[in-house]
Amino acid sequence: MAEPRTLEQTLPVHGQGLVGTPWWGMLCVIATEGVLFAYLIFSYAYLATQGPAAHWPPTGGPPSLAIAIPATIVLLASSGTAEWGKRAARARRVLTARLAYGLTIILGLLFIALSMKEWSDKPFGLNENSYSSIYFLLTGTHLTHVAAGIVALVVALVWSLQGRIHAGHEQHRTLVTLYWHFIDAVWLFVFATIYLGPRLA
Amino acid sequence: MSTAYDDAATQLGRAHSAEPVDQREPASPIPAEIAQTLELAWAEAAGLKGWLGSVDHKVIGIRYLVTAFAFLVIGGLEALTMRVQLAGPNSDLLSPEQYNQLFSMHGVTMIFLYALPILSGFSNYLWPLMLGNRDMAFPRLNALSYWLFLAAGAFLYVSFPLGAAPNSGWFDYVPQASAEFNPGPNIDVYCAGLIFLGISTTVGSANFIVTLLRMRAPGMSINRLPIIVWGTLTASVANLFAIPAVSLACLMLFMDRNLGTHFFEIGGGGQPLLWQHLFWMFGHPWVYAIVLPAMGMVSDALPVHCRRPLVGYTLVAMATVATMVVGFGVWVHHMFATGLPTLAMSFFSAASFVIAIPSAISVFAWIATIGTGRARITTPFLFFTSVILLFVIGGVSGVMTASLALDWQLTDTYFVVAHLHYVLIGINLFAVVGAIYHWFPKMTGRMMDERTGKWIFALMFSGFNIAFLPMHLLGLLGMPRRVYTYGAGMGFSGTNLVITIGAFLFALALLWFFIEIARARVSGRFAGPNPWDGPTLEWATTSPPPVYNFGIIPLVASRHPLWEERLDESNSDRSLFAEGFLLDRDKETIAVTPLDGEPDVILKMPCDSWLPAALALALLVLFGGMLLMSPWIGGVGLLGVLVILALWFQPHSAPADEEEVRVYG
Ligand code: HEM
Repeated sequence: MAEPRTLEQTLPVHGQGLVGTPWWGMLCVIATEGVLFAYLIFSYAYLATQGPAAHWPPTGGPPSLAIAIPATIVLLASSGTAEWGKRAARARRVLTARLAYGLTIILGLLFIALSMKEWSDKPFGLNENSYSSIYFLLTGTHLTHVAAGIVALVVALVWSLQGRIHAGHEQHRTLVTLYWHFIDAVWLFVFATIYLGPRLA
Repeated sequence: MSTAYDDAATQLGRAHSAEPVDQREPASPIPAEIAQTLELAWAEAAGLKGWLGSVDHKVIGIRYLVTAFAFLVIGGLEALTMRVQLAGPNSDLLSPEQYNQLFSMHGVTMIFLYALPILSGFSNYLWPLMLGNRDMAFPRLNALSYWLFLAAGAFLYVSFPLGAAPNSGWFDYVPQASAEFNPGPNIDVYCAGLIFLGISTTVGSANFIVTLLRMRAPGMSINRLPIIVWGTLTASVANLFAIPAVSLACLMLFMDRNLGTHFFEIGGGGQPLLWQHLFWMFGHPWVYAIVLPAMGMVSDALPVHCRRPLVGYTLVAMATVATMVVGFGVWVHHMFATGLPTLAMSFFSAASFVIAIPSAISVFAWIATIGTGRARITTPFLFFTSVILLFVIGGVSGVMTASLALDWQLTDTYFVVAHLHYVLIGINLFAVVGAIYHWFPKMTGRMMDERTGKWIFALMFSGFNIAFLPMHLLGLLGMPRRVYTYGAGMGFSGTNLVITIGAFLFALALLWFFIEIARARVSGRFAGPNPWDGPTLEWATTSPPPVYNFGIIPLVASRHPLWEERLDESNSDRSLFAEGFLLDRDKETIAVTPLDGEPDVILKMPCDSWLPAALALALLVLFGGMLLMSPWIGGVGLLGVLVILALWFQPHSAPADEEEVRVYG
């Protein structure tokens, strides 16, 4: 007779990484946000080449690299620390992991501070011309993402300190780290667009 | 051929009877001993929480349907008002400004608040049932996307009572829409509202994609998916890639209008055409997103009424995907009249012709299905065949405008209005009404009336053609679109009167259809599990299905699990319903590997929750703050969003990493 039975065989519950569903959801988020940046960069290129401006950027030469390069290094380093934290946690070295994520947050804040400095050094404001508009929109959108990533990292760190995230919650760490890598990768495109583009043209 | 099959067919014609149409037991049994435990695990929360917090995909699907129909009625009333105004020459019922707002809101409502959400409603309801699983991948996200849709829809209408609704058409071209020429709040509402709605569509699309990849029954491999799944999947992927374009364009326009930026304004080095590029990069894929799932519904449901499988399944599935791929390459055809370089335009013109090919494949597949099947002339059948006819008319007039020379002549005339209504109403609305007739028995357990159904069809079909066929003529005569009136001596008067009469007949048919829904809901004949004798999994369970859809997760062995006997693929395996995964320890279900559909993880599903509705509310506050340019209100909204997100993602006390598998049989 047919009846409910329990088998010997087991399956993971929720699963980690590719086996769980959240990983795939995060990929969708990354895809759609990556495309958002592609449209932003398209708009930048369109305004540069199809707009009425005779020079691009209309005022002065290409933007200085003095702050941008250090900021880029800081952000890339933060990807390294985030990855370090994830691996340490996987190896159950909780303290190292917390330290690494703490460092990531600090580097992220440093990046924001450097960007703010760069913004305030600009001789123009948001509504000067099409260049200033797209410059602030592109970098601002990226900064918003950095800020969102920092909030996520802080929340995760607090949960870890409270003991609410433990070794079993690998998914949380995997996802924030993945998102953080994404934000850094996007920066490289933003950087290339704003700082290298005018130098090549 | 099996007898139960033909019995069900003749039964439909019989007069009202107390017996259900299909008296068989559901193919997927729910033995009493497991029904009880599952009922307990899956029961909705009590009271208001169960209502506001429901995460059941069937409840959410029906909410989508009802809300989208409500927007159809609103948009329809706007259209009728316009038609009254245009019924005769020099009419002054509406001022030019009022007319602008009406056609803009009509377009926005129909395109954004009716046409896609209604299809999301069907997909939400049907996907897990068709895929043989118990829910979508992210049930709370699903609820969120519904509440956001509702909130964004209401948001787009906030300024309507003030007489300041969006008024630059549904594609809102600058410079018309810039602050200089359009200083009121009208366009700000449009911009903020579309960004808001975009969030809803994006989370919904992500949910469909992950659901497809993971939430299927074991054995439901990708060559067995119903076509509506292909359609919605393609549309969802397209949405993920297309929506950022319009959100960005709207954000830029909002900033141009309120913060003095210069994205679109020549004076400051901006470029108005950038709006058109961004809008149509989004807009064209979107147009496919609102027809492909509808075509999928026809591809799945029409064969049931022809009593044979769809002809050319693989071709149709591939054509669905191909349409979208090419669809991303044709946005510029909306801009032929803007003075782009000829070479570029020729390329896009060619792409627009090419796109006719995959669409034609579906049409031929449908015709072949009807031709080689044994059609039952039911109401859904009538609606679905009319889709084919209207599609051909709309398609031909569409291909005509893909030609540069003709487009220059016809753009911005009533020819275009005729074309877009043939496509949108023809493929979307007629398919939707047919699909309601087809799946209503599954959703409610009751049949809609066949006799009145045929009358409704006749009225709707003739009303539609009386209203929209003459518009082609008006266009050729040179009547421009978006004009609030015309002179008496221009030769437009008689035709316009006919169009208005047709519009009212069409609206009457819709009204009757809604009345029929209400009537069938309370007194329709009982359906039984599979009244149309369909082949796919949604017909394997009871009508309406239990909250958990399937007591035992089916094991799928073919594309038509319920027709295996009949199609007599004797050498192939049979799908299993009476034994399989049970998963009765909690509110849980199974997920499978993306490609082969091998079960690989047990998922504990979330219970009813306040979070989705609360998050939608917080976002509403955030966007309200944006509209009012108030950092305080916006800040409160943002804070709310962050807090709710933190609650949403908070780690649940991890259950065991592994669980033993429970099976039945
Ligand atoms: C009762 C049925 C309907 C009637 C009588 C109707 C009538 C009209 C009229 C009079 C216009 C304005 C033409 C102009 O002045 O340029 C219009 C525009 C439009 N309609 Fe409909 N319509 C109906 C249903 C629909 C449906 C179901 C959809 C979409 C699913 C739709 C989509 C549109 C769009 C996108 C526009 C263009 C708006 C714009 O110019 O920005 N309509 N319709």
